[in-house]
Amino acid sequence: MPLSIDEVRRVAALARLKLSPEEERLFAGQLSAILDHVRELESLDVSGVPPMTHALAEGEAVALRPDLPVPGLTPDEALANAPSRQGTCFKVPRIIE
Amino acid sequence: MPVADFEVVLGLEVHAQLLTRTKIFCGCSTAFGAEPNSQVCPICLGMPGVLPALNAQVVEWAVKTGLALGCAVQPVSVFSRKNYFYPDLPKGYQISQFELPICLGGGLTITVDGQEKLIRLTRIHMEEDAGKNLHELAADGGSGVDLNRAGVPLLEIVSEPDLRSADEAVEYLKALRAILLALGVNDGNLEEGSFRCDANVSVMRRGATEYGTRAEIKNMNSFRFLKQAVDFEVRRQVALVEAGEPVVQETRLYDPVRGETRSMRSKEEAHDYRYFPEPDLPPVRVDEALLARVRASLPELPRARAARYQQVLGLPAQDAGVLVGDGALADFFDAALAARGGGAEAARKVANWTIGELSRLMNETGLPPPAWKLTPAGLAEVLALLDAGTVSGAGAKALVEELFRAGGDPGALVKSRGLAQVSDQGAIEAAVDAVLAASPADLERHRSGKKDLTGFFVGQVMKALKGQGNPGVVNALLKKKLGGLPPGEGR
Amino acid sequence: MSAGELTGLSLQAASARLAAGQVSSRQLTEACLARVAATDGRVGAFLTVTGERALAAADASDARRASGRASGPLDGIPVAVKDLFLTRGVATTAGSRILEGFIPPYDGTAVARLQAAGAVLLGKLNLDEFAMGSSNEHSAYKPCHNPWDLSRTPGGSSGGSAAALAARQCFGTLGTDTGGSIRLPASFCGVVGLKPTYGRVSRYGVIAFASSLDQPGPLGRTTWDVAALLSAIAGPDPHDPTCAARPADDYLSALENGARGLRIGVPREWFGGGLQPEVEARVREALATYQRLGATLVEISLPHSRYGIGAYYLIATAEASANLARYDGVRFGLRAPGVRGLKELYAESREQGFGAEPKRRIMLGTYALSAGYYQADYLRAQQVRTLIRRDFDAAFTRCDVVAGPVAPWPAFKLGEKTGDPLQMYLADIFTITCNLAALPGLSVPCGLAGGLPVGLQLVGRPFDEATLLTAARALERELGPPPAPTALEAKA
Repeated sequence: MPLSIDEVRRVAALARLKLSPEEERLFAGQLSAILDHVRELESLDVSGVPPMTHALAEGEAVALRPDLPVPGLTPDEALANAPSRQGTCFKVPRIIE
Repeated sequence: MPVADFEVVLGLEVHAQLLTRTKIFCGCSTAFGAEPNSQVCPICLGMPGVLPALNAQVVEWAVKTGLALGCAVQPVSVFSRKNYFYPDLPKGYQISQFELPICLGGGLTITVDGQEKLIRLTRIHMEEDAGKNLHELAADGGSGVDLNRAGVPLLEIVSEPDLRSADEAVEYLKALRAILLALGVNDGNLEEGSFRCDANVSVMRRGATEYGTRAEIKNMNSFRFLKQAVDFEVRRQVALVEAGEPVVQETRLYDPVRGETRSMRSKEEAHDYRYFPEPDLPPVRVDEALLARVRASLPELPRARAARYQQVLGLPAQDAGVLVGDGALADFFDAALAARGGGAEAARKVANWTIGELSRLMNETGLPPPAWKLTPAGLAEVLALLDAGTVSGAGAKALVEELFRAGGDPGALVKSRGLAQVSDQGAIEAAVDAVLAASPADLERHRSGKKDLTGFFVGQVMKALKGQGNPGVVNALLKKKLGGLPPGEGR
Repeated sequence: MSAGELTGLSLQAASARLAAGQVSSRQLTEACLARVAATDGRVGAFLTVTGERALAAADASDARRASGRASGPLDGIPVAVKDLFLTRGVATTAGSRILEGFIPPYDGTAVARLQAAGAVLLGKLNLDEFAMGSSNEHSAYKPCHNPWDLSRTPGGSSGGSAAALAARQCFGTLGTDTGGSIRLPASFCGVVGLKPTYGRVSRYGVIAFASSLDQPGPLGRTTWDVAALLSAIAGPDPHDPTCAARPADDYLSALENGARGLRIGVPREWFGGGLQPEVEARVREALATYQRLGATLVEISLPHSRYGIGAYYLIATAEASANLARYDGVRFGLRAPGVRGLKELYAESREQGFGAEPKRRIMLGTYALSAGYYQADYLRAQQVRTLIRRDFDAAFTRCDVVAGPVAPWPAFKLGEKTGDPLQMYLADIFTITCNLAALPGLSVPCGLAGGLPVGLQLVGRPFDEATLLTAARALERELGPPPAPTALEAKA
């Protein structure tokens, strides 16, 4: 099932990607081809099969960290890579609420 | 009144910041009010390459809260990513729980108009807080982003739509707050947003079986605003339905200045959070050992405590409610009563001082009981001095205030501040005589029976004694000197 | 020895000379830097060369050794890492414009462990942008060329990590492998590359592509070199909750144990389809060699292998779409100039910062997770993953390792597959199931096809890297090291 241009635009908006009209057309075609291929999976009966959402052995659990403070970064270190700053804040364009 | 023809259907989503020392996924401090971006590290900044490391205390307190609220604590729960873009969300997704939260079910009982009602819970889950956007920080209208709060642990506690009025919502929120305070997992501060709630409000005609479309109300940072916001929203929705217009499912912001809710600027696209299990965090497992340990650590919960105050100590329901509304205040009361000793009479006095004078000072200073300089033993000692007549009521009040603000030894303060009550017969008699001698005209009026001036003379004597005269002795002596002699007769 | 002879040594041999006092770390480091300077204009393996830092680290190593405190086989050895590993104070780009100029404030665990072992970091290696690709052609900075034939790709995404070794620019490298990104370039460039079990090496400080599949690992010119590097970086890490608590094994001690008694599973599904005959011939010869060494071959089936590519591209892109959301122009990296408003900030910065392949994968992943598709796509793919793992679990009741080709073909021409993403994705057809099943996999040279290296793939039980390395060593000992590529010398 080919992906429509509208569908491509909807997904691009969700992903905060700006696509040129050429990219929209290109991606609609390429993603449709890839989806056709990957959806071979739909021919498989997976009922009752548990998903392997974590690549871990059965029964493994998350390790927990003790609630003990460790030193972090100074504000200047934190902001060292910032494209724009205001005082010790990251600066962004005006946010309209 | 058309509102009466409608039933209100209401559920609350509460976000409570946990009082851990460090954030949920990194070792940064959670302390409040530091310089922007001074409590951050690569992890909570969402830098490339970082991974979350889950704080054990968060899991333990989620379990504790779940047990206190009668929830089914899940042996396995899973974190998920909730995807959306916003400057205060560093990774572009929030690590939260979605399909498999740590607690399901449960509930808490509220009392409204003397009626008990169970409000069921849907779930409790763990998640990370976002940072803060500081609007119009820069001269050009640009905003600032402070990520000190990003990654502070939150419990989201979601109720079923079991609430039927704004008053019930307020009672529910108060009861929930009291429980979290009693557990010591949250500071209950609505104003600062460390305990905050959103309300899902809908209305339906009485007798209807299907809920109406609901609106989510945000930004209610006090109990009063919660009530006002819900009441406004109910009136708004009823008016819409009455007019035959649809209620739109949307998020609305409460404006406390105008006392109304208004639609938040509608998003460019519908929310599609694209939840999926967080691959960086294996499942959280809660075993029997952890459950047993947490169960053993559960304190007495507010409703049980209030019942004990009423039944065992004979406190009025009202007073018991105020005390258990703040677990730390109730703890102070318990400790002071233990130090003072005694039965219902002592309990009543300790409660009066705790609810009265100490609550006043607490509200004035914003200091929670553990931060007071007055200890429970200190209060007990002051009350002992009062009962012994060593200090007057006014003196005790002054003493408590001084101890609250500066601390110290009550006995020593009584001396150094000259707060000891004058009970010495000779000294009081001399004061009485001096007052009567100085006011012959008033004495004449009193004795002639024209006017009872006993109160006036008591005041004059107390003034002469700088307020420290023992009222009993002053009254007795005056009565003797005024009333013991027939009018008209001199000394 | 001349500088040229020095750079041709294996890590093991260089380490032995350091230990014997026959060469200094400074000499090795200077030789490598000179080799990089002489050849990298044609290879393009390095994105950043940290010459001064490297020489300072080499001198520090020499000083340790002089005072008898040298710390092990890696002390003083020049190495380099894929530019996906964060390096404190050294630019880290992920091969993307969106991270141009980004200077990390911390070292990732694997890099920190290499440095703690005394290794000398020469610089950061070229890769496909965010490790997305199979040819290194998706690098935003420059393509990388295969030292065996400069008109061909080194494979990807860890193209620089394999090319730098083949070009004799350093003695060991680190790469990452999400769907074959260590093994494919190792195969194309004629070096040894190991993708450890998921959770064997910490991912902390490695820029994430697909979190449940990514695994850092070593590449070297010999199995010993790879084993030594793995020993340094493997093991538990409290910074990575998906890193196994189980301690690392001793990967060097059993290396010479040979292949006698080894049961090698040969999956029939890996020998069909587009497998080039000459590649198949080298692989079959390697299997015959194993038989001669006393191993037995067992025919096995991995029936769900054919669904690997589909499951992989749903899972990897879904996870990537979230992992790449943090590149938003707010805290680090590229911000488009002159943007008005938040929406423009995001859209313009990401438009300008990401290349075509990350955009394509973000689009696919966002789509697969979006409302209405999660169950059908992402969740189903994770279920298929379980089926693929079960295939391997069943096979490992009958064999100790699984063997087959790494890729259907040897290194292909630059530009040959860039027009058709799906064709490019098929380069990973034999490697991808190993990532989906979270198993260790290795590529070891097994000869040449048309003058180009061919790798044999070995896949092992969870955390059984030691058996993989021992098996690979048995073949390596038998075949001898592959010849050094001559493309660079011919034109030098």
